[in-house]
Amino acid sequence: MADIFTKEQISQALSQKHGDTLAKKLSQTCVAVCGLGGLGSNIAMMLTRAGIGKLILIDFDKVELTNLNRQNYFLSQTGMYKTQALADTLSKILPCTDIQTFNEKINALNVKKLLKEADIICEAFDDAAAKSMLADSIFTLFPEKYLVSASGMSGLGSPNDIVTRKITDKFYICGDGISDTDYVKEIFPSKVMLCAAHQVHTVLGIIDMKEGNL
Amino acid sequence: MVTVNGKQLDIAGKNFGEYLSECDYDRNRIATELNGNILTKSEYDNTILKDNDKVEIVSFVGGG
Repeated sequence: MADIFTKEQISQALSQKHGDTLAKKLSQTCVAVCGLGGLGSNIAMMLTRAGIGKLILIDFDKVELTNLNRQNYFLSQTGMYKTQALADTLSKILPCTDIQTFNEKINALNVKKLLKEADIICEAFDDAAAKSMLADSIFTLFPEKYLVSASGMSGLGSPNDIVTRKITDKFYICGDGISDTDYVKEIFPSKVMLCAAHQVHTVLGIIDMKEGNL
Repeated sequence: MVTVNGKQLDIAGKNFGEYLSECDYDRNRIATELNGNILTKSEYDNTILKDNDKVEIVSFVGGG
């Protein structure tokens, strides 16, 4: 079925929706998604639909039943590594994105190897200390790269609490900034996906405003 | 005066690392911007806050 469309046709369809200039820039950009849970799996899905050129997907975990309320996996994928499950799904959505996967836990020592190719990095961890570690490693090793981070998306608070804050020219944080899963245990698909959408929309904005290649 | 997260504080001359400790910030859960630039963790303890500095300390919360 998928073979009835050529890559050229898919690319034309994306250009029709995103405009020629931005569609081209998107196809030339590499985004790393760090953590493939509620945020990361949905970020990767949206970036694939946006026609991003390359995705680097990083997670060490496997798909569990409790993930399915908000994460972009199928019941049939439980037990699989998230990297593999997501790569399979994304290639079915649109096959034009080059996908590289790393089945690793990111730490201060392997950040350089994992993220060197990325133009923009989406932080999508669940652990606050890991978020802070990743941000600091990127600021130290790759000050030229963009980081779009997330903080606070649990609970049933107002969807309007989710905002995107520009901290510096290269560092953005999306979320409500407050709802901590250490205290607010419930986490819903709507608010998580809202936060993921903020991150993706920020990425698209960054790509759009950059002149030429990133 | 130094502006920290929008609040004017009389802390010019203070070491930033000391300020974080006094305010009970967990260094492992924050990111910091000083006058538009990122301040990395390795810079916290050798940064002296100056008059008119603007600091933004972002605390990460868990969830994703």
